[in-house]
Amino acid sequence: MLTFTIRRLVLAIPTLLFISLVIFLLLELAPGDPMAQVPLTVPPEVKQQMREALGLGEPIPVRYWKWIVQFFWIEPQVLFDNIFGTNLTEGKLRVISWQTRSPVMDIVVQRIPQTLWVVGTAYVVATLIAIPIGIYSAYRQYSWFDQAGTFVSMIGFSVPPFFSGVLVIVIFSVQLGWFPSIYDTTHVVNSWESFVKQLQQMIMPVMVLALQITAQTSRFMRASMLDNLNQDYVRTARAKGLGEYAVVMVHVLRNSMIPVVTVIALGVPAIFGGAIITEQVFKVNGIGQLLITAIQANDLPMVQTLTFIFAALIVIFNLIADVLYGILDPRIRYD
Amino acid sequence: MTDRDRLVPDEGLTPASEALPGAAGPLKLDKPPRSQWADVWDQFKHHKGAMAGGIIFLAIVLTVFLGPLVWTVEPTLIDIRARNQGMSLEHPFGTDQLGRDMFARMMAGGRTSVAVGIAAMLLALFLGSFVGVVAGFFKKLDSPLMRLTDLFLALPLLPLLLVMMLLFREPLNAAFGAEQGIFILIVCAIGVTSWMPTARIVRGDVLALKEREFVLAARSIGTTNAKMITRHILPNVLSPIMVSATLGIANAIITESALSFLGLGFPPDFPTWGRLLFDATDYLQQYPSRVFWPGMAISLTVLSVNYLGDGLRDALDPRIRGR
Repeated sequence: MLTFTIRRLVLAIPTLLFISLVIFLLLELAPGDPMAQVPLTVPPEVKQQMREALGLGEPIPVRYWKWIVQFFWIEPQVLFDNIFGTNLTEGKLRVISWQTRSPVMDIVVQRIPQTLWVVGTAYVVATLIAIPIGIYSAYRQYSWFDQAGTFVSMIGFSVPPFFSGVLVIVIFSVQLGWFPSIYDTTHVVNSWESFVKQLQQMIMPVMVLALQITAQTSRFMRASMLDNLNQDYVRTARAKGLGEYAVVMVHVLRNSMIPVVTVIALGVPAIFGGAIITEQVFKVNGIGQLLITAIQANDLPMVQTLTFIFAALIVIFNLIADVLYGILDPRIRYD
Repeated sequence: MTDRDRLVPDEGLTPASEALPGAAGPLKLDKPPRSQWADVWDQFKHHKGAMAGGIIFLAIVLTVFLGPLVWTVEPTLIDIRARNQGMSLEHPFGTDQLGRDMFARMMAGGRTSVAVGIAAMLLALFLGSFVGVVAGFFKKLDSPLMRLTDLFLALPLLPLLLVMMLLFREPLNAAFGAEQGIFILIVCAIGVTSWMPTARIVRGDVLALKEREFVLAARSIGTTNAKMITRHILPNVLSPIMVSATLGIANAIITESALSFLGLGFPPDFPTWGRLLFDATDYLQQYPSRVFWPGMAISLTVLSVNYLGDGLRDALDPRIRGR
């Protein structure tokens, strides 16, 4: 198991490097020019100097190498500095945003908590709802509960977040006036009232995201339970005289959770990507919204870094899912 | 399907029951032999959701493509005096802030959305089947092609789509004109980023098919690789491809609408369902119904296509058929 994990970790490095190269080369084709905003009165040679100051004059391999060094070597050191108060990175160049002329990672670090709060809560809530639904749907297959569950998850698959989000805004904040339609990221939780307000503004984005995740996870849970419910060991357990609760909740559930856990792990990066739209609808000031504004402003270093972070999340959670599968299911240990 | 039909030489041969009268005394075939597709259709008919989905999808496609022949109002006609109207006989879905008829705009938008969905699905299907069949059939290409598929699956798709929109919009607009250019761009972008599931499924099926006796038999009479793929492999992997096709349409319509909603899809004067929804969110408080119609159209189309795919999967699976 350990060798497998190490082998997968080592394999992940070339994958990540390849993805970073693809993203870098894609952006290399971009028509945008960071000097477009500079007044026309600035002479061309000064513009050229400014461009070189942003690191643009160099050939492609050099710039790719510099980006790699900045991202994988200098940025971790900055993190180290911030945690332990050392100053390893004094005077070293970091990835700079063209929009704000400040280090990209500083902005990303500011934005991540908002995304994590909304996406994380939605994921936990959705999983907690989806698993019982899946269990009961499978246990009473083709009952009205199962049919209703199928229908609701079909809706969850089919209604895109930009519609369900707008719909809940119309219902709950325009018509009923219960919740604010815009997520206020400057809100500080320090008392009971402010906590209630935070809850109120989180309900709608979490609801929209959770509907989608619940649809997916409950389907998987149901299918996995159905696979196991007809197995011989279930009949054996019943024949031994075990109670129905023990049969379903202990014997079947534990075995059915194996694929579902990996699906849950695999879904995390997809949710980060999908949250881009939800963040846009509710004006959550997270990394998805940061990506959209960076794309609109032609801020290539920011776009590059964010896209790479999304890709890294996918690779990492794929790895986690693989390792979890091996840990949970001894039959398919990889060594 | 003509290839497969030719493989069953039914003309000139008498049924077994007539050739061997003694052997088939009580076994009198009163029904003509059934083709596979008749069986599939029979199973499909019993799936209520799939039938409803199919009918609704067909109705939407027909309305969207043939509707403008009946409802002849121009979607771009500005009638500023009739702006922001509610539902009426003159304007079934009301009018927008410039007095343009929403019903006509919905149909125009639907034409683009459905066309993008179908074109992107066809592209993704072609790429996916090609990669899947080649990877499954030729052992040497299997490993590199599957590595490529894994790499594509590891790419963050929505961010990449957004980046592609940013990069290629200008050159394609210059080459093909604003509408053509963006149409090609969106179809290619969605097609290139959504072929991977099809490729995986098709490869798995081809690997299993390759071990079957009829492939061995065909090989033994000297069938070339190209003939083998087009005559024996492709017709047999048609069912997973068809299921991916329906799901692909749903996926492409949602992605196109999402891009339009994020302001990176079609230009503002060119309505699609996603764009109409995006424009309507500015008037959310005053005219919520304007958000409702395009959103409903997207959801209903995708829902019906999903049910269609569900029924198709059941109908094409011989293990479930006849239940």
